Amino acid sequence: MLQLSLGGGLGLFPLGVAFGMMVIQADMAWWVAPLLSVVVYAGSVEMLLVGLLAATTPVVTIALMTLLVNFRHVFYAFSFPLNLIHNPWARAYSIYALTDETYAIVNGQPHGWSQRRLIILQVALQSYWVVGGLVGTAVAGLLPAPIEGLEFALVALFTVLALDAARSRKQVPSVLIGAVSLVIGLVLVPDAALLTSLVLFSAGLFVRHIVGRGKHA
Amino acid sequence: MPDTGYLVVALLSAGLITLALRALPFVALKPLRESQLVKNLGIWMPAGVLTILALATLASSAEGGRLVPAVVAVGVTVLVHLLFGRHSLLSIAAGTITYVVMVNWF
Repeated sequence: MLQLSLGGGLGLFPLGVAFGMMVIQADMAWWVAPLLSVVVYAGSVEMLLVGLLAATTPVVTIALMTLLVNFRHVFYAFSFPLNLIHNPWARAYSIYALTDETYAIVNGQPHGWSQRRLIILQVALQSYWVVGGLVGTAVAGLLPAPIEGLEFALVALFTVLALDAARSRKQVPSVLIGAVSLVIGLVLVPDAALLTSLVLFSAGLFVRHIVGRGKHA
Repeated sequence: MPDTGYLVVALLSAGLITLALRALPFVALKPLRESQLVKNLGIWMPAGVLTILALATLASSAEGGRLVPAVVAVGVTVLVHLLFGRHSLLSIAAGTITYVVMVNWF
């Protein structure tokens, strides 16, 4: 089991290092990295938050962005073996730490889990991420000057995640609604493009749901 | 560095929302599982939200005369990802290194 967490989870370490370096390069204190990884334990949102916090983005935007980006977690519960975990504290931790990586590893290996093994896996994954972040802040602090352009790791991360999420042709409408929403946001409300586009996108999906339901009825 | 009050409020809202999304289904599994709207959002949301985030972050790294490095680096990310077996870390590293090299030495 520990082997599984090593194989599937070690990728968290280098990403954590990049995240820690971003925190320092955004002129924030080193402890913001571990604080984020404990209070908001969700890698991609944490990396986004670094830039948003540094620019003191309104909390409303941060809240809506978190809600939409992490909405997928609602579905993880449907196939996560929480019933194996009986200790209430372990149960609470397991829900709190139900990240993409945890979900992927547990679903990739559906048998042989127990309370102890699930918690060991989740603690190991969070440790890779937190320690990676701390190493990143230390490395960035040792550099004579910040690495210009390192923040592109975030663009690349979202590009890769979008490519993986949009593998089937069924996803084309969502990609288009998203792209159009962002362009409208950038052109009409450049100061709040992200918030505007996320609101437009949600509205677009809601309309799509209503229209689809009308067709089936 | 933003002031501590703002930091605390922003972090707590993001943290509580994330926790609520993870915990909600364990509390209300049945109604959520039966809701067609929730089902549709689950299918539709990720690709669109990630597209928005990829393009929004791309737009900000193209600012300040960095349009060419940003476009080339995102092209490298996409090509490496599609041609070399979708190894996320490899694709992210290739794109990031391309961008860092181009903004520093070209």
